[in-house]
Amino acid sequence: MISDQNKKTGEGKAKSKALLFAAGALFVLVSAVLSICVGVSGMSLSKLWYAVISGPGSSAAQRIFWYVRLPRTEACLLAGAGLAVSGTIIQKVLSNSLASPGIIGVNAGAGFAVALCCGLGVFTAWAVAGAAFAGAIASTFLVVSVARKSHASKTTVVLGGVAVTAFLNAMTETVITFVPDAALSSRDFRVGGFSAVNQARLVPAAVLIILGVALACTLTNELDVLSLGDDTAKSLGMNVSLVRNGMLTLAALLAGACVSFAGILGFVGLIVPHIARRIAGSESGRLLPFAAFLGAGFVCICDLLARMIFAPYELPTGILMSFLGGPFFIWLLRNRKGGAN
Amino acid sequence: MIKIKDLCTSYDGERVLHGVSAEFPEGKISVLIGPNGCGKSTTVKSILRLVPEYTGDISIDGKPLEDIDQKELARKIAYVSQSRNVPDISVYNMVMHGRYPYLSYPRRYRKEDHEAVRSALRMAGLEDLSDKKLENLSGGQRQKAYMAMALAQDTDVIIMDEPTTFLDVKNQFEMMDHAKKLTEMGKTIIMILHDMEAVLHYADHVILMKDGKDVLSGGAEEVLRSKELEEVFGIHTGFYEAEDDLHIYLKS
Repeated sequence: MISDQNKKTGEGKAKSKALLFAAGALFVLVSAVLSICVGVSGMSLSKLWYAVISGPGSSAAQRIFWYVRLPRTEACLLAGAGLAVSGTIIQKVLSNSLASPGIIGVNAGAGFAVALCCGLGVFTAWAVAGAAFAGAIASTFLVVSVARKSHASKTTVVLGGVAVTAFLNAMTETVITFVPDAALSSRDFRVGGFSAVNQARLVPAAVLIILGVALACTLTNELDVLSLGDDTAKSLGMNVSLVRNGMLTLAALLAGACVSFAGILGFVGLIVPHIARRIAGSESGRLLPFAAFLGAGFVCICDLLARMIFAPYELPTGILMSFLGGPFFIWLLRNRKGGAN
Repeated sequence: MIKIKDLCTSYDGERVLHGVSAEFPEGKISVLIGPNGCGKSTTVKSILRLVPEYTGDISIDGKPLEDIDQKELARKIAYVSQSRNVPDISVYNMVMHGRYPYLSYPRRYRKEDHEAVRSALRMAGLEDLSDKKLENLSGGQRQKAYMAMALAQDTDVIIMDEPTTFLDVKNQFEMMDHAKKLTEMGKTIIMILHDMEAVLHYADHVILMKDGKDVLSGGAEEVLRSKELEEVFGIHTGFYEAEDDLHIYLKS
């Protein structure tokens, strides 16, 4: 009797999880179609279908789809999913709802490394992605290790991140001042945006993000056990420092890959995990994949708004996100309960 | 059986234990007692390899602790810690974490893991609360959830650090009765307690500690009647009989 009840409950849970992911996937699909079809030059669904099945060509619809809208939409989806999952991992591992790639210096580290790489004249996509990853990981472990060595509180991790972010952003600005091309030739780089995205630059980042998100989704039990506290996690057989450092490396890899083509896109890694947690709950098996869907769709919609609000002029997507993210962050500070997850 | 000999443990270079020796017999409730800060928690954490460094010998069923990896240790000993996080997850999923030591690739729990969780929930009396969020439970129910997680771990030994703290009187009795039942099923229970009445009624074996050392060990009544206990705590103890049972009272 009890066993049957539990089985039914288990089936119900599986069903609600499937529904949640289906809703997330639908949101991504709708956002992506809107991102492709809506713009200064509109594209009807029939033209979109024609462009898709006829492949790259010389007609206006084909050129707009294959060379402008598709790379841009792909970039939005990848950056949204990558940063959202990165933020979710960081918040879980540090048990701190205020932590995110933008706050603890991950994006700033990646941004500085990319600017330095390009400032030295190296523009190849893999080199830029590699530099972004190296910068992201260096700044992550700098902030986390300083906080750990000083037995710092959760707030200190955030404050340390703010200090490191300010320092690294100043370094990035210095590099860009002397070598303007260091900003990936993109005016959006400092605030994040997709105006200079192309397929070639996306490929290495796409590989890293897709593999990173897939790997993160297989390690959800590790994230949940870690959130029980170090002693309990160790007593359950977990190598806590290995898992924590491994997960932070994965988060840095994802954020770095995103910075390599989207610039320093703030707030996605902070806002999306919070919204996702409210909808999907805190259990990582539901939260992480749903955050990926939500992040992908959210960035697509923000980019669409950034393109359309002042059309034909375009706002960098990062600016629009800061308009949304700033008030949200303030609301979060006012409503958070003791800094817990 | 778990045996420790001449155990010395340090935190950040500061020595906390100064040569503790003790034995924890199989299928019994062993209780560590002593003043705050005397090293009780550090002793049990050393057995679980949760302290950064130690010297001395710890063996589990004759096997040195150094020869047991963390995963194997987690299949032998479960731990209900003193400080408990309250993650925003359901009781069922919380108890499922007890199966983590058995998780292999692919990282998915199997049918037998779910069966172990259902059995643990039943033993802890939490079947009806399995879908509830941990944060929505009372202190006693959360304690049961952590206990159920330890049961799902399916180990021969369960270590509990002050399991009755923060529980009301009824829940304290329930927790101790539950521990007693587990020993009847063959499990070994090691716990840290401050309630001497509970020690008298439930402990089979007591280890008295002071200043990072073991002072005396033996049966509950033997240790509680000892002059060492009075010296360690700086109190006087007395005993009386009521309802065919022996009780202890303490005087400062």
